Amino acid sequence: MNQWEVVIGIETHAQLATVSKIFSGASTAFGAAPNTQACAVDLALPGVLPVLNRQAVECAIRFGLAIGAHVAPKSVFARKNYFYPDLPKGYQISQFELPVVQGGAITVQVGSGDKAYEKTVNLTRAHLEEDAGKSLHEDFHGKSGIDLNRAGTPLLEIVTEPDMRSSDEAVAYARALHALVRWIGICDGNMQEGSFRCDANVSVRRPGAPFGTRREIKNLNSFRFLKEAIDYEVQWQINEIEEGRAIQQATVLFDPDSGETRTMRTKEDAHDYRYFPDPDLLPLAITDDWIARVKGELPELPVQKRQRFMDQFGLSAYDATTLTASQEIADFYEATVGVAGQGAAKPCANWVMVDLAARLNKDGLEIAQSPVSPQQLGGLVARIADNTISNNIAKKVFEALWNGEGASADEVIDKQGLKQITDSGAIEALVDEVLAANAANVAEYRAGKEKAFNALVGQVMKAAKGKANPQQVNELLKKKLEA
Amino acid sequence: MSLTPEQVKRIAHLARIEVSESEALTTQGHLNGIFELIEQMQAVDTTGVEPMAHAQDVSQRLRPDAVSEADRRAAYQAVAPETEAGLYLVPKVIE
Repeated sequence: MNQWEVVIGIETHAQLATVSKIFSGASTAFGAAPNTQACAVDLALPGVLPVLNRQAVECAIRFGLAIGAHVAPKSVFARKNYFYPDLPKGYQISQFELPVVQGGAITVQVGSGDKAYEKTVNLTRAHLEEDAGKSLHEDFHGKSGIDLNRAGTPLLEIVTEPDMRSSDEAVAYARALHALVRWIGICDGNMQEGSFRCDANVSVRRPGAPFGTRREIKNLNSFRFLKEAIDYEVQWQINEIEEGRAIQQATVLFDPDSGETRTMRTKEDAHDYRYFPDPDLLPLAITDDWIARVKGELPELPVQKRQRFMDQFGLSAYDATTLTASQEIADFYEATVGVAGQGAAKPCANWVMVDLAARLNKDGLEIAQSPVSPQQLGGLVARIADNTISNNIAKKVFEALWNGEGASADEVIDKQGLKQITDSGAIEALVDEVLAANAANVAEYRAGKEKAFNALVGQVMKAAKGKANPQQVNELLKKKLEA
Repeated sequence: MSLTPEQVKRIAHLARIEVSESEALTTQGHLNGIFELIEQMQAVDTTGVEPMAHAQDVSQRLRPDAVSEADRRAAYQAVAPETEAGLYLVPKVIE
């Protein structure tokens, strides 16, 4: 009876890509001097009124369409009441009973290689709201300093059902969501600047039992912290229960330094938000025409691109998912195939997913920063496809391109004399040489030792400085040995 | 439905309004009067009537996404009780 099932739901705050705030005309640019982008509306000076930003609504529509959700023709803004100095009105304008986006789902790939599997995470809702300002608690002689530049920045809060069953699934979902909001251009996804923040609701239960009591981990701003915080929290909850203590509903914070979660507030002192429709804002109407226009302007979505990669390039589901993990990867791959030719689509996939990914990872680079361009990589794959070079030599050429030792694969092959030897006369001469010099191996092979054959192949390749066509070497060697 | 003095005090606390015992009693009377009115309204049959989110049956006007507000920090901070390094200073509140 040592089995526990983990149940996770995630709420994400995605900062929407607008130039002005959701209810005021102040700028949303990051990094300005404190309070220089906080206007009378953001400061909640008496008599001001909110006016809704059309672009923020359009971002919500884009998102709703991208996840197959219902975009509400009528939604309502509500006041969420609480007193905190970074929220000068005494309430946050949010949506409660009638959110703009209802339902929808995102299918993600969890794990890699043979262990990879697909998981569909259902969304409850996504609603528009305003961000709060920032409080600085240090260095102000016992007072707090308030910067309201961020107050009123448009957010889309995206809420899932409690569908995830491990921290890996939670991270896979968060990564897919992060890629999607950037893909459709509604959020820059900058996690350091707080543009994409996750809260994880975590509970454990015996399989088949009702949901356990959940604790909410707030404000996780990296995928690593999301995973570490959930793993720690799950183990903590299991220990508590196994030691006979019940879990109390609570909001907790994750401390990346200690790797632990600690309670911020419990249910007893949970906020009583007293939501009610904001009388300053009329219901938001979204017409069918507007939805149709936004739909027409959407780019090819990850799920559509994935299907096309499978249909058009004959890729496996796993390859297609990996290559559509972000717009940048998908664009890089397609440009590579564009140069190498559609017949080389599968080797192009391998080069992008394996060799290039490993090299980028080694140098800590993103694909957009790759020193090897898709044109160069496509040119390289084309030379493997037409037998100019072998796969092994190709790795050398790739490294040369990475280090800027040539503008193209052709140039590197030319300059470094890496062109594959396919002239059977030349290869035959090398084979004869090796057979004459390695009588012992020849005898072993003829005595039935298959391994001796590989040793001979190695010798020929060595004599050819790796440039002989491996297939031809194999064939010629076999022919000669069996003659 | 009618409110107890404790409920009145809780509501006052949530709204950060300080009420004395006698004010709580007066307020209790006022609020219960409002509840009586609401009870009368609840007696009306509203079957099939779609609830309205606003007293006016019109929808929200939208503004284009453009920066229209210049930096007026100096003017706003001139009337603030206390500021430092561009920040508004307030009594310390930490959760």
